[in-house]
Amino acid sequence: MKNLIAALAIFAALAAGWEYTARNAGDASILIPAPTAVGAYLLKAAKSGELFDATLVTMRRLALGYIFGIAFGIPLGMITARFRLAHNTLGVIALGLQTLPSVCWVPLALLWFGQTETAMLFIVVMGTLWAVILATDHGIRQIPPLYREAAQTMGSSGFHLWFRVLAPASLPHIVSGTKQGWAFAWRSLMAAEIYVTILSGFGLGHLLHYGRELHAMDQVVGLMLLIIFIGFAADKVIFAPWETFLRKRWGLSKS
Amino acid sequence: MTADTEIPAKIRLNAVNKIFTGDRGKLVALQDINLEIGESEFVCFVGPSGCGKSTLLRIVAGLERGFTGDAEVDGSPVNGPGRDRTVMFQEHALFPWLDVLGNVMFPLKLKPGLTDKERIEVAHYYLKLVGLETFERAAIHELSGGMKQRVALARALAPNPRVLLMDEPFAALDAMTREQLYGDLQRIHAARKKTILFVTHNVREAVCLGDRVLLFSPRPGRIRHEFKVDLPRPREFNDTALAALSRDITNELKTILAV
Repeated sequence: MKNLIAALAIFAALAAGWEYTARNAGDASILIPAPTAVGAYLLKAAKSGELFDATLVTMRRLALGYIFGIAFGIPLGMITARFRLAHNTLGVIALGLQTLPSVCWVPLALLWFGQTETAMLFIVVMGTLWAVILATDHGIRQIPPLYREAAQTMGSSGFHLWFRVLAPASLPHIVSGTKQGWAFAWRSLMAAEIYVTILSGFGLGHLLHYGRELHAMDQVVGLMLLIIFIGFAADKVIFAPWETFLRKRWGLSKS
Repeated sequence: MTADTEIPAKIRLNAVNKIFTGDRGKLVALQDINLEIGESEFVCFVGPSGCGKSTLLRIVAGLERGFTGDAEVDGSPVNGPGRDRTVMFQEHALFPWLDVLGNVMFPLKLKPGLTDKERIEVAHYYLKLVGLETFERAAIHELSGGMKQRVALARALAPNPRVLLMDEPFAALDAMTREQLYGDLQRIHAARKKTILFVTHNVREAVCLGDRVLLFSPRPGRIRHEFKVDLPRPREFNDTALAALSRDITNELKTILAV
C-alpha cells in the first residue's frame, strides 16, 4: 500500500512535469502535447466511437492472425521437437525467420496480396508463427525425461505417450510460447497497420499513422498510450494468471 | 477387487555388462553381473554413488538399453519397459496435470480387460493401502514429500506388477516420514507378495527392508558381497539386532571401498 502510494506520487510528479514543460514550450508545444490535451483527445475519440471502432478492427485482425499462428505453430513445434530432420530444417528456418523483424514482410506481402486484409494477416502470422514453433519445440525439450520413463514403465507409448504425457507436461512452456507469440503478433500488427493502408477498416495503427500526417500530436501520443494499455492488459489479465497457475501446479516455482 | 492371479516374478541376470561411452572415454558401469532373484523376494542393492546399482535396476525396468548378457524376467528376455515391472523413482514422477486419483488411474487405464468401475475400485484399494483415501481429489503440489511418495507407491502397485523396482524412493524424505514408509512397505510386501528390487545407499534401510542385501563397488560396478537378512518381520528400524547387522555390513562396505 505504501509502495503503491509512492509509485502513484512519482507518476503524478512525472505527469505534472510533463504538463509544465508542454505549457512553457512555446513553438515546440506542437511537438509536446500536454497530458491534459492527450486526455481530451482520448475522451473525444472515445465519445465519438472512433477509438472503439478502431480497437475492434485491430482486435479482430489480431485474433485471426494469432489463432493462425498458434494453430500452425504448436503442431509444427511438436514435429521439430520429435523429428531430428524437422529440427535441422524447419527448426533452422524458424530460428532464422524469427530474427527477421515482421515489418520486413511488408513489401513482400504488398506485392503478393496488394492492399488487402490478407496482406495484413500474412504479416501477423509471419510475425507470430516462428516464435510459437520455437517456444513449443523448446517446451517439449524441457520436459524431464522422468515423466517419459515413468509413463513407459506403466505401459504408455506412441500416441498415448504424446498426447497424455508429453503434451500436458510441456503445457507451461507452451503457454509461455503463446504469450510470446501474442507479443510478436501485437508488434507485427501495429507495423502492418502503419505501413499497409487499406480501406477495409481503420485500426489503431492507422489512426496513429493519420495522427502523424495531420500533425495531431495529441492523437499520436494518446494512441500510443492506448496501445501500451492493451498490451499491458493482455499480459496481466489473460496470460499472467494462467502462467502463474500452471507454474505452481506443475511445481516449477515455489509460491 | 480383481483377484491377484499373477504370481511374482523370478529374475535372472547372466553375465550382464554395461559400458557408457562418454566424452571422457569409456566407463564400465556394470561388470559381469550374475544374479537370481526368487519369487516375492525383497532384494536391496547397496553401494556408493556410481556403482551401477541404479543402472542395474534400469536394465531390469527396460529403461536402459545397449547392455550385454541376459536379463530375464520369468524366462523371457527384458525388451523395453512394461507394466509388469513398475518403477518408483527417487523423485516422485507424479503427473502434475492429474490429481491423486488420476495418477493412480493412469496405469490402470492402460491395462486392458478391466471395466472403468473395476479400475476405480482398484485405485481406491491402493490409495487406502497407502493411507491416502481421503486425498484422492488433491492436486500433487498440495501434498507433502512423504505423501507424494505414497501416491507414487500406490501408482506403481495399482497395475498389479510382477516386479516392483524402487530406485532410492525414500532418499529425499525426512527421517520420520521414512520410518513410517518402511513400515508401510513391509506391510504391503507381506500383503501383496511382490518381487521387489530396492536401490539405496543407506545400509540400515536395506537391512530393515530386504531379505537379501547385495553390496556393490564402483568402477567397474560389481556385486562384491551378499548378506542374507534372517531377522523376523515386521522389522523395526531402531531394532538392536538390525543395527548390529547393518554395522557389520557397513564395515564390509568400508573394506571394499578402501581397496
